[in-house]
Amino acid sequence: MLDRREVVRKVVMALPERPTIFTSLGNPTFDVSHLGDHPGNFYLFGAMGGAVAMGLGFALAQPQRRVLVVAGDGEMLMGMGSLATVALKQPTNLSILVLDNELYRETGGQATHTAHHTNLAAVAKGCGISSSYDIRDDGELENFMARFKAGGEPMFACAKVRPDPAASVTMPLRSGAAQHFRFIDALKRCSREPEVQQ
Amino acid sequence: METNQSSQRNAWRREVYDVLKRNDIRQIAYVPDAGHATAIQLAQEDPDMIEISLTTEEEGIALAAGAWLGGHRSAVLMQSSGVGNCINMLSLVKECQTPLILVVTMRGEFGEQNGWQIPMGSVTEQMLKLCGLVVYRVDHHDDVGHTLQAAINVAYEGGRGTAVILSQKMIGAKEVTKNA
Repeated sequence: MLDRREVVRKVVMALPERPTIFTSLGNPTFDVSHLGDHPGNFYLFGAMGGAVAMGLGFALAQPQRRVLVVAGDGEMLMGMGSLATVALKQPTNLSILVLDNELYRETGGQATHTAHHTNLAAVAKGCGISSSYDIRDDGELENFMARFKAGGEPMFACAKVRPDPAASVTMPLRSGAAQHFRFIDALKRCSREPEVQQ
Repeated sequence: METNQSSQRNAWRREVYDVLKRNDIRQIAYVPDAGHATAIQLAQEDPDMIEISLTTEEEGIALAAGAWLGGHRSAVLMQSSGVGNCINMLSLVKECQTPLILVVTMRGEFGEQNGWQIPMGSVTEQMLKLCGLVVYRVDHHDDVGHTLQAAINVAYEGGRGTAVILSQKMIGAKEVTKNA
Protein backbone atom coordinates (compact mmCIF):
# COMPACT_ATOMS: atom_id res chain seq x y z
CA MET A 1 0.00 0.00 0.00
CA LEU A 2 1.29 3.39 -1.02
CA ASP A 3 0.96 6.91 0.31
CA ARG A 4 -1.56 8.77 -1.86
CA ARG A 5 0.11 12.18 -1.59
CA GLU A 6 3.45 10.68 -2.53
CA VAL A 7 2.00 8.91 -5.58
CA VAL A 8 0.30 12.10 -6.78
CA ARG A 9 3.41 14.20 -6.20
CA LYS A 10 5.58 11.80 -8.20
CA VAL A 11 3.19 11.52 -11.13
CA VAL A 12 2.28 15.21 -11.38
CA MET A 13 5.93 16.29 -11.16
CA ALA A 14 7.24 13.61 -13.54
CA LEU A 15 6.87 15.51 -16.80
CA PRO A 16 9.07 18.41 -17.90
CA GLU A 17 5.94 20.44 -18.56
CA ARG A 18 3.12 20.34 -16.06
CA PRO A 19 0.10 18.37 -17.38
CA THR A 20 -3.43 19.75 -17.38
CA ILE A 21 -5.13 17.99 -14.47
CA PHE A 22 -8.76 17.09 -13.85
CA THR A 23 -9.53 15.78 -10.37
CA SER A 24 -12.58 13.90 -9.17
CA LEU A 25 -14.53 14.88 -6.11
CA GLY A 26 -13.18 13.86 -2.72
CA ASN A 27 -9.57 13.38 -1.73
CA PRO A 28 -8.02 13.37 -5.23
CA THR A 29 -8.83 17.09 -5.43
CA PHE A 30 -7.03 17.75 -2.14
CA ASP A 31 -4.08 15.53 -3.10
CA VAL A 32 -3.52 17.62 -6.22
CA SER A 33 -4.22 21.03 -4.66
CA HIS A 34 -1.81 20.15 -1.84
CA LEU A 35 0.99 20.49 -4.42
CA GLY A 36 -0.06 24.10 -4.97
CA ASP A 37 -3.05 25.56 -6.72
CA HIS A 38 -2.76 26.10 -10.47
CA PRO A 39 -5.16 27.50 -13.10
CA GLY A 40 -4.43 24.43 -15.25
CA ASN A 41 -6.08 22.25 -12.60
CA PHE A 42 -9.81 21.65 -12.75
CA TYR A 43 -11.28 20.33 -9.51
CA LEU A 44 -14.65 18.61 -9.50
CA PHE A 45 -16.69 18.74 -6.31
CA GLY A 46 -19.61 16.89 -7.88
CA ALA A 47 -20.59 15.44 -11.28
CA MET A 48 -19.46 12.07 -9.95
CA GLY A 49 -18.41 9.66 -12.69
CA GLY A 50 -17.60 12.45 -15.14
CA ALA A 51 -13.91 13.18 -14.51
CA VAL A 52 -12.54 10.82 -17.18
CA ALA A 53 -15.04 11.96 -19.83
CA MET A 54 -14.21 15.59 -19.08
CA GLY A 55 -10.51 14.85 -19.41
CA LEU A 56 -11.22 13.06 -22.69
CA GLY A 57 -13.08 16.04 -24.19
CA PHE A 58 -10.19 18.29 -23.28
CA ALA A 59 -7.55 15.83 -24.51
CA LEU A 60 -9.26 15.57 -27.91
CA ALA A 61 -9.41 19.36 -28.20
CA GLN A 62 -5.76 19.84 -27.14
CA PRO A 63 -3.90 16.84 -28.56
CA GLN A 64 -0.48 18.43 -28.07
CA ARG A 65 -0.98 18.85 -24.31
CA ARG A 66 -0.54 16.07 -21.74
CA VAL A 67 -3.70 15.53 -19.70
CA LEU A 68 -3.95 13.72 -16.36
CA VAL A 69 -7.17 12.68 -14.67
CA VAL A 70 -6.76 11.92 -10.96
CA ALA A 71 -9.76 10.01 -9.64
CA GLY A 72 -10.84 8.01 -6.62
CA ASP A 73 -12.00 4.41 -6.84
CA GLY A 74 -15.62 5.40 -6.12
CA GLU A 75 -15.55 7.92 -8.95
CA MET A 76 -14.00 5.40 -11.33
CA LEU A 77 -16.54 2.72 -10.47
CA MET A 78 -19.31 5.16 -11.34
CA GLY A 79 -17.71 6.11 -14.66
CA MET A 80 -16.37 2.74 -15.82
CA GLY A 81 -18.05 3.09 -19.20
CA SER A 82 -15.95 6.15 -19.93
CA LEU A 83 -12.87 3.87 -19.98
CA ALA A 84 -14.38 2.12 -23.01
CA THR A 85 -14.98 5.52 -24.62
CA VAL A 86 -11.35 6.51 -23.97
CA ALA A 87 -10.21 3.23 -25.52
CA LEU A 88 -12.41 3.89 -28.55
CA LYS A 89 -10.73 7.24 -29.20
CA GLN A 90 -7.18 6.19 -28.10
CA PRO A 91 -6.09 9.74 -27.12
CA THR A 92 -2.30 9.49 -26.88
CA ASN A 93 -2.09 12.47 -24.51
CA LEU A 94 -4.52 11.23 -21.84
CA SER A 95 -3.51 9.39 -18.68
CA ILE A 96 -5.76 8.31 -15.83
CA LEU A 97 -4.49 7.80 -12.28
CA VAL A 98 -6.86 6.18 -9.79
CA LEU A 99 -6.04 6.43 -6.10
CA ASP A 100 -7.68 3.30 -4.80
CA ASN A 101 -8.19 3.30 -1.02
CA GLU A 102 -10.99 0.73 -1.37
CA LEU A 103 -13.48 2.91 0.44
CA TYR A 104 -15.78 5.92 0.29
CA ARG A 105 -13.80 8.14 2.64
CA GLU A 106 -16.08 11.17 2.47
CA THR A 107 -19.21 9.30 3.52
CA GLY A 108 -17.95 7.28 6.46
CA GLY A 109 -15.46 4.81 5.05
CA GLN A 110 -17.83 2.25 3.54
CA ALA A 111 -16.03 -0.38 1.44
CA THR A 112 -16.12 0.03 -2.34
CA HIS A 113 -16.23 -2.86 -4.80
CA THR A 114 -12.44 -2.72 -5.16
CA ALA A 115 -12.15 -3.91 -1.54
CA HIS A 116 -13.69 -7.14 -2.77
CA HIS A 117 -13.44 -8.62 -6.27
CA THR A 118 -13.15 -5.68 -8.68
CA ASN A 119 -9.78 -4.79 -10.19
CA LEU A 120 -9.93 -1.44 -11.98
CA ALA A 121 -6.68 -1.92 -13.93
CA ALA A 122 -8.15 -5.15 -15.32
CA VAL A 123 -11.36 -3.26 -16.16
CA ALA A 124 -9.36 -0.60 -18.03
CA LYS A 125 -7.41 -3.26 -19.89
CA GLY A 126 -10.59 -5.10 -20.73
CA CYS A 127 -12.08 -1.86 -22.02
CA GLY A 128 -9.16 -1.58 -24.43
CA ILE A 129 -6.62 0.67 -22.68
CA SER A 130 -3.76 -1.74 -23.21
CA SER A 131 -1.27 0.26 -21.13
CA SER A 132 -2.97 -0.34 -17.78
CA TYR A 133 -1.07 -0.68 -14.52
CA ASP A 134 -2.05 -2.27 -11.24
CA ILE A 135 0.26 -0.56 -8.73
CA ARG A 136 0.78 -1.95 -5.22
CA ASP A 137 4.39 -1.04 -4.40
CA ASP A 138 7.19 1.38 -5.28
CA GLY A 139 8.61 -0.91 -7.95
CA GLU A 140 5.31 -1.07 -9.79
CA LEU A 141 4.95 2.69 -9.45
CA GLU A 142 8.39 3.15 -11.02
CA ASN A 143 7.40 0.88 -13.93
CA PHE A 144 4.37 3.02 -14.60
CA MET A 145 6.35 6.25 -14.19
CA ALA A 146 8.77 5.21 -16.93
CA ARG A 147 5.86 4.57 -19.30
CA PHE A 148 4.10 7.77 -18.22
CA LYS A 149 7.18 9.88 -18.94
CA ALA A 150 7.51 8.35 -22.40
CA GLY A 151 3.84 9.05 -23.22
CA GLY A 152 2.47 8.38 -26.70
CA GLU A 153 -0.54 6.28 -25.79
CA PRO A 154 -3.52 6.41 -23.44
CA MET A 155 -2.61 5.08 -20.02
CA PHE A 156 -4.42 3.93 -16.94
CA ALA A 157 -2.92 3.32 -13.50
CA CYS A 158 -4.68 2.16 -10.37
CA ALA A 159 -2.52 2.69 -7.28
CA LYS A 160 -3.56 0.93 -4.09
CA VAL A 161 -3.15 3.55 -1.37
CA ARG A 162 -3.43 3.43 2.39
CA PRO A 163 -6.93 4.10 3.66
CA ASP A 164 -5.89 6.71 6.22
CA PRO A 165 -7.20 10.17 5.44
CA ALA A 166 -4.73 12.69 4.10
CA ALA A 167 -3.03 14.72 6.82
CA SER A 168 -4.08 18.18 5.79
CA VAL A 169 -6.65 19.55 3.40
CA THR A 170 -5.87 22.53 1.21
CA MET A 171 -9.21 23.80 -0.05
CA PRO A 172 -8.71 25.14 -3.57
CA LEU A 173 -11.04 27.35 -5.58
CA ARG A 174 -14.39 25.59 -5.42
CA SER A 175 -16.76 27.53 -7.66
CA GLY A 176 -17.12 25.74 -10.99
CA ALA A 177 -17.78 29.00 -12.85
CA ALA A 178 -14.72 30.70 -11.35
CA GLN A 179 -12.58 27.69 -12.24
CA HIS A 180 -14.00 27.68 -15.79
CA PHE A 181 -13.12 31.32 -16.46
CA ARG A 182 -9.74 31.09 -14.75
CA PHE A 183 -8.83 27.94 -16.69
CA ILE A 184 -9.76 29.40 -20.09
CA ASP A 185 -7.98 32.65 -19.36
CA ALA A 186 -4.81 30.80 -18.36
CA LEU A 187 -4.96 28.56 -21.44
CA LYS A 188 -5.29 31.58 -23.73
CA ARG A 189 -2.33 33.35 -22.15
CA CYS A 190 -0.40 30.11 -22.22
CA SER A 191 -1.07 29.67 -25.95
CA ARG A 192 0.12 33.20 -26.66
CA GLU A 193 3.26 33.06 -24.52
CA PRO A 194 4.06 29.42 -23.85
CA GLU A 195 7.38 30.15 -22.15
CA VAL A 196 5.86 32.41 -19.47
CA GLN A 197 3.73 29.77 -17.76
CA GLN A 198 6.30 27.41 -16.32
CA MET B 1 -37.36 6.02 -54.61
CA GLU B 2 -38.08 8.88 -52.29
CA THR B 3 -40.84 11.12 -53.45
CA ASN B 4 -40.14 14.82 -53.59
CA GLN B 5 -42.40 15.38 -50.62
CA SER B 6 -40.74 12.78 -48.42
CA SER B 7 -37.29 14.02 -49.39
CA GLN B 8 -38.38 17.48 -48.23
CA ARG B 9 -39.73 15.97 -45.05
CA ASN B 10 -36.37 14.28 -44.43
CA ALA B 11 -34.08 17.18 -45.35
CA TRP B 12 -33.87 18.18 -41.68
CA ARG B 13 -31.82 15.07 -40.92
CA ARG B 14 -28.94 16.43 -42.97
CA GLU B 15 -29.66 19.99 -41.88
CA VAL B 16 -28.85 19.09 -38.26
CA TYR B 17 -25.34 18.19 -39.32
CA ASP B 18 -24.96 21.13 -41.71
CA VAL B 19 -25.93 23.66 -39.02
CA LEU B 20 -23.55 22.10 -36.49
CA LYS B 21 -20.76 22.12 -39.03
CA ARG B 22 -21.43 25.71 -40.09
CA ASN B 23 -21.12 26.79 -36.46
CA ASP B 24 -17.66 25.33 -36.02
CA ILE B 25 -18.79 22.40 -33.87
CA ARG B 26 -15.65 20.26 -33.65
CA GLN B 27 -16.76 17.32 -31.51
CA ILE B 28 -20.00 15.35 -31.85
CA ALA B 29 -20.74 12.85 -29.08
CA TYR B 30 -23.70 10.51 -29.20
CA VAL B 31 -25.56 7.47 -28.09
CA PRO B 32 -27.19 6.44 -31.37
CA ASP B 33 -30.84 6.97 -32.18
CA ALA B 34 -32.53 6.32 -35.50
CA GLY B 35 -33.48 10.00 -35.68
CA HIS B 36 -29.79 10.97 -35.49
CA ALA B 37 -28.54 8.30 -37.90
CA THR B 38 -27.87 10.74 -40.77
CA ALA B 39 -26.00 13.25 -38.58
CA ILE B 40 -23.94 10.45 -37.03
CA GLN B 41 -23.06 9.03 -40.43
CA LEU B 42 -22.05 12.46 -41.74
CA ALA B 43 -19.89 13.03 -38.65
CA GLN B 44 -18.19 9.67 -39.17
CA GLU B 45 -17.48 10.50 -42.81
CA ASP B 46 -16.07 13.97 -42.06
CA PRO B 47 -12.31 13.78 -41.46
CA ASP B 48 -12.37 17.15 -39.68
CA MET B 49 -15.04 16.13 -37.18
CA ILE B 50 -14.18 14.31 -33.96
CA GLU B 51 -17.06 11.91 -33.41
CA ILE B 52 -17.37 10.08 -30.13
CA SER B 53 -19.65 7.15 -29.49
CA LEU B 54 -20.55 7.08 -25.78
CA THR B 55 -21.49 4.20 -23.50
CA THR B 56 -24.02 6.40 -21.70
CA GLU B 57 -25.31 9.90 -22.39
CA GLU B 58 -23.96 11.50 -19.21
CA GLU B 59 -20.43 10.99 -20.52
CA GLY B 60 -21.38 13.43 -23.27
CA ILE B 61 -22.21 16.19 -20.76
CA ALA B 62 -18.80 15.94 -19.08
CA LEU B 63 -17.04 15.49 -22.42
CA ALA B 64 -18.63 18.68 -23.78
CA ALA B 65 -17.39 20.67 -20.77
CA GLY B 66 -13.87 19.32 -21.25
CA ALA B 67 -13.98 20.06 -24.98
CA TRP B 68 -15.06 23.64 -24.26
CA LEU B 69 -12.21 24.14 -21.79
CA GLY B 70 -9.90 22.97 -24.57
CA GLY B 71 -11.35 25.44 -27.09
CA HIS B 72 -13.70 23.11 -28.99
CA ARG B 73 -17.39 23.62 -29.53
CA SER B 74 -19.31 20.34 -29.35
CA ALA B 75 -22.79 18.86 -29.58
CA VAL B 76 -24.29 15.85 -27.85
CA LEU B 77 -26.92 13.81 -29.70
CA MET B 78 -29.23 11.49 -27.80
CA GLN B 79 -32.67 9.97 -27.58
CA SER B 80 -35.13 11.19 -24.93
CA SER B 81 -34.50 8.09 -22.81
CA GLY B 82 -30.88 9.24 -22.45
CA VAL B 83 -31.88 12.55 -20.88
CA GLY B 84 -32.72 10.68 -17.69
CA ASN B 85 -29.15 9.37 -17.57
CA CYS B 86 -27.78 12.93 -17.61
CA ILE B 87 -29.53 14.56 -14.69
CA ASN B 88 -26.76 14.73 -12.08
CA MET B 89 -24.09 15.40 -14.71
CA LEU B 90 -26.05 18.46 -15.83
CA SER B 91 -25.09 20.05 -12.49
CA LEU B 92 -21.66 20.45 -14.08
CA VAL B 93 -23.14 22.76 -16.71
CA LYS B 94 -25.06 24.88 -14.23
CA GLU B 95 -22.23 25.10 -11.69
CA CYS B 96 -19.45 25.76 -14.21
CA GLN B 97 -21.52 27.85 -16.65
CA THR B 98 -20.06 25.99 -19.60
CA PRO B 99 -22.04 26.08 -22.85
CA LEU B 100 -23.81 22.94 -24.01
CA ILE B 101 -25.86 21.87 -27.02
CA LEU B 102 -28.00 18.76 -26.68
CA VAL B 103 -30.02 17.56 -29.64
CA VAL B 104 -32.70 15.20 -28.34
CA THR B 105 -34.87 12.99 -30.55
CA MET B 106 -38.13 12.13 -28.84
CA ARG B 107 -39.56 8.71 -28.11
CA GLY B 108 -42.60 8.00 -25.98
CA GLU B 109 -44.71 10.66 -27.64
CA PHE B 110 -47.09 10.76 -30.61
CA GLY B 111 -47.97 7.25 -31.74
CA GLU B 112 -45.39 5.47 -29.56
CA GLN B 113 -45.91 1.71 -29.73
CA ASN B 114 -43.35 0.77 -27.11
CA GLY B 115 -44.81 1.49 -23.68
CA TRP B 116 -41.36 1.37 -22.06
CA GLN B 117 -40.48 4.63 -23.83
CA ILE B 118 -43.46 6.57 -22.48
CA PRO B 119 -42.41 7.19 -18.84
CA MET B 120 -39.19 9.03 -19.78
CA GLY B 121 -40.56 10.54 -22.97
CA SER B 122 -43.41 12.19 -21.12
CA VAL B 123 -41.06 14.06 -18.71
CA THR B 124 -38.03 14.74 -20.92
CA GLU B 125 -38.76 18.39 -21.69
CA GLN B 126 -39.71 19.29 -18.10
CA MET B 127 -36.65 17.45 -16.80
CA LEU B 128 -34.30 19.44 -19.01
CA LYS B 129 -35.95 22.69 -17.90
CA LEU B 130 -35.75 21.68 -14.24
CA CYS B 131 -32.04 21.08 -14.72
CA GLY B 132 -31.68 24.68 -15.87
CA LEU B 133 -31.27 24.26 -19.61
CA VAL B 134 -32.77 26.58 -22.20
CA VAL B 135 -35.06 24.24 -24.17
CA TYR B 136 -36.43 24.71 -27.67
CA ARG B 137 -38.91 22.25 -29.07
CA VAL B 138 -39.32 21.57 -32.80
CA ASP B 139 -42.58 20.11 -34.09
CA HIS B 140 -42.17 20.83 -37.80
CA HIS B 141 -39.29 19.90 -40.10
CA ASP B 142 -39.13 23.42 -41.55
CA ASP B 143 -38.13 24.73 -38.11
CA VAL B 144 -35.17 22.41 -37.40
CA GLY B 145 -32.37 24.45 -38.94
CA HIS B 146 -33.14 27.89 -37.57
CA THR B 147 -34.11 26.53 -34.15
CA LEU B 148 -30.84 24.68 -33.84
CA GLN B 149 -29.06 27.86 -34.96
CA ALA B 150 -30.88 29.86 -32.28
CA ALA B 151 -29.92 27.28 -29.65
CA ILE B 152 -26.27 27.37 -30.72
CA ASN B 153 -26.32 31.16 -30.38
CA VAL B 154 -27.74 30.89 -26.87
CA ALA B 155 -25.18 28.24 -25.93
CA TYR B 156 -22.01 29.63 -27.44
CA GLU B 157 -22.72 33.36 -27.42
CA GLY B 158 -25.00 33.45 -24.39
CA GLY B 159 -22.98 30.88 -22.46
CA ARG B 160 -25.87 28.61 -21.47
CA GLY B 161 -26.75 24.96 -21.45
CA THR B 162 -29.24 24.42 -24.26
CA ALA B 163 -31.32 21.58 -25.63
CA VAL B 164 -33.22 21.21 -28.90
CA ILE B 165 -36.01 18.68 -28.73
CA LEU B 166 -37.09 17.09 -32.01
CA SER B 167 -40.64 15.84 -31.54
CA GLN B 168 -41.73 12.33 -32.38
CA LYS B 169 -44.56 13.68 -34.49
CA MET B 170 -42.00 15.25 -36.80
CA ILE B 171 -39.56 12.34 -36.79
CA GLY B 172 -42.28 9.74 -37.23
CA ALA B 173 -43.11 7.04 -34.69
CA LYS B 174 -41.07 3.87 -34.91
CA GLU B 175 -43.04 0.93 -36.24
CA VAL B 176 -42.96 -1.99 -33.86
CA THR B 177 -42.72 -5.18 -35.89
CA LYS B 178 -42.15 -8.76 -34.97
CA ASN B 179 -38.47 -8.27 -35.76
CA ALA B 180 -37.96 -4.97 -33.94
